[in-house]
Amino acid sequence: MKIALAGNPNSGKTTLFNALTGSNQFVGNWPGVTVEKKEGKLKGHKDVVIMDLPGIYSLSPYTLEEVVARNYLINERPDAILNIIDGTNLERNLYLSTQLMELGIPMVMAVNMMDIVKKSGNKIHLDKLKQKLGCEVVEISALKGTGVKEAAEKVIQVAKRKTAVPPVHKFAAEVEDVLDSIETKLGSGVPEEQKRFFAIKLLEKDDKIGMQMKQAPDVSDEIKYIEKEMDDDTESIITNERYVYISSIIDECYTKVNTKEKLTVSDKIDRVVTNRFLALPIFAAVMVIVYYVSVTTVGTWATDWVNDGVFGDGWHLFGIESLYIPSIPELIGNGLAAIGCADWLSGLILDGIVAGVGAVLGFVPQMLVLFIFLAFLESCGYMARVAFIMDRIFRKFGLSGKSFIPMLIGTGCGVPGVMASRTIENDRDRKMTVMTTTFIPCGAKMPIIALIAGALFGGAWWVAPSAYFVGIAAIICSGIILKKTKMFAGDPAPFVMELPAYHWPTVGNVLRSMWERGWSFIKKAGTIILLSTIVVWFTTYFGWVDGQFRMLEDMELDHSILATIGNAIAWIFAPLGWGNWRAAVAAITGLVAKENVVGTFGILYGFAEVAEDGAEYWGALAGSMTAVAAYSFLTFNLLCAPCFAAMGAIKREMNSAKWFWFAIGYQTLLAYVVSLCVYQIGTLITTGAFGVGTVVAFLLVIVFIYLLVRPYKESNTLNISAKAMARVK
Amino acid sequence: MKTLKQVPCGQTVKVTKLTGEGPVKRRIMDMGITKGVEIFVRKVAPLGDPIEITVRGYELSVRKADAEMIQVE
Repeated sequence: MKIALAGNPNSGKTTLFNALTGSNQFVGNWPGVTVEKKEGKLKGHKDVVIMDLPGIYSLSPYTLEEVVARNYLINERPDAILNIIDGTNLERNLYLSTQLMELGIPMVMAVNMMDIVKKSGNKIHLDKLKQKLGCEVVEISALKGTGVKEAAEKVIQVAKRKTAVPPVHKFAAEVEDVLDSIETKLGSGVPEEQKRFFAIKLLEKDDKIGMQMKQAPDVSDEIKYIEKEMDDDTESIITNERYVYISSIIDECYTKVNTKEKLTVSDKIDRVVTNRFLALPIFAAVMVIVYYVSVTTVGTWATDWVNDGVFGDGWHLFGIESLYIPSIPELIGNGLAAIGCADWLSGLILDGIVAGVGAVLGFVPQMLVLFIFLAFLESCGYMARVAFIMDRIFRKFGLSGKSFIPMLIGTGCGVPGVMASRTIENDRDRKMTVMTTTFIPCGAKMPIIALIAGALFGGAWWVAPSAYFVGIAAIICSGIILKKTKMFAGDPAPFVMELPAYHWPTVGNVLRSMWERGWSFIKKAGTIILLSTIVVWFTTYFGWVDGQFRMLEDMELDHSILATIGNAIAWIFAPLGWGNWRAAVAAITGLVAKENVVGTFGILYGFAEVAEDGAEYWGALAGSMTAVAAYSFLTFNLLCAPCFAAMGAIKREMNSAKWFWFAIGYQTLLAYVVSLCVYQIGTLITTGAFGVGTVVAFLLVIVFIYLLVRPYKESNTLNISAKAMARVK
Repeated sequence: MKTLKQVPCGQTVKVTKLTGEGPVKRRIMDMGITKGVEIFVRKVAPLGDPIEITVRGYELSVRKADAEMIQVE
């Protein structure tokens, strides 16, 4: 038996889902889209599957979530719908209920947050609600767990009955007449109980539904007639009629004590938090706390502990000298040595697999700390205010106000930064954020900046700030350019956002959300990180020495496969000013982790150990490239494809191979173009040298400016194929 | 014709007509802003846009560009 859980965002749907299913949950994605799909078995009923539909306000064809939800309802036809509605926000929640009732699927309505309603002294008359909507109604409090069991039993009961009660609500007489005539036209191809739904969708000119029907009758006469009669488009007429009906019954169903004068606690909080003058300081303070705890202190301690302790040189329990606990590579290394394992195999296990696993797990503690904050900010209601406060700045670049948090976290580490983009609902904004977050110089890119600044610019103060400037400029320009491209211009992004009432989230919900996100990173991003670490390990430690293929020592890097690859591709970087194989190899090892760039240069210049900023070989590096070339090398490494861990996170968040490669390809292309322009135009200014490269650079600048300023029109159609989605079952 | 964009904070107005078309209009209507409904303008975001309104008993934020589509009296 399949039961769909449907309701508005912020109606307590997730809490109810958790209460119904406990830990029997399966989280995935709806086919072909990034919308999360959750299903679970009802506690105590192994044969009942609860499908958690995305939170939606309507069944319109304009947002991804709505299309996903209605395709499921129409094509899969669950045995019953459990419609959760927020009792403190009855009118708007009932709007969706009127649409769900028309589907011809048995339905139970669960009025949530009844504890808050009762506390405020207001009354909801369930019997009236049942009479006016035509479905069973129960009252619950998902947070307190009251009424949940009864709701589950009721929904099983109506599902067993198999037949849906026809909807009670009626529209104006003219509209009803037109609907009747369309229903007659539908004929026997559509089951009786679904006729009203399809008739309304046809009248609304909803072509996504029209395409899914085997044969859609021509209803243009009806549309023309009613549009003339009521002086509005049919879509608006229907929407209007629904609210007219709800307004007409609301007084009977809902008795409100006079609270006009009294402010709720939530109102009082909001007065301060989004106050004209206090909003920005409070926002800054919240962000500082999030950053300080999850990046500067606790998160970094945890990550350092995993990277340097558990997967590094071992650690001391509670920091006590005598309680030494060896690291995992140490333990495994000793074990392998004891059984006399071959060098290449222990190399593969230690430097390939264990290091790869360490690279995945190393990010997890920091991420979990960050996810606790995000889950808290989201469920208490502040995240919506972040979007409200920052919207004006970010929407200009095709981003959401909520993009601020991924970017901020990205200055510490791009991996949790990319993962933080999950809080953005709008698909287009989220993809844009995922693509641009890693342009911000993260902590691991600092040593590269220190290296270039120290070796070629005499430690000039402006190098580091300029790196941030390049990163921010890359985000802004990318936002403006990308939002005009076909890939992004497809989907509309109406910013009409609910600002939910503030409330304390439960510890359970916050922890569950933290764990789900952390686990999905390990599962989805882990594979790509592990595999690429092994590949780079192999190419680094194997190569030809004197015509013989064998495993290499640390200092023999210049004989490795990697060096061969570096030599082979170095010409690609010649126009950027650093077409020597050392720089090419360093850029490749930078993909494992950006700070590797410094160490790789060290080995290639013959130093086994170098300082974090590579001070030992500054002279040698300065001799091999000009200052302009070095800056071009810096910009390339800042902007190009991030480290494998961040790529894994991008892959996880994009959830599509096409989008993943588009993101990586775009980042690398942009890095190449910017570095080329920096080198060619920089060389022209410093030395006056003019050549083919300079011409190309100027042409690229012109194309770039054109892409920035070309006019474009916001699209009005949701760019997904309803048919294709219907086919994937 | 007066639109929601011109209404100062702290005022309650009544919607007379919605102009425009397509997803944005549908979304605005889905959220409960329909003909005849009362809207209370609560505040403007600290950077001057969007605005926060109360409609049908809950809080909603709308961009000023979209608020221009809502005619009020």
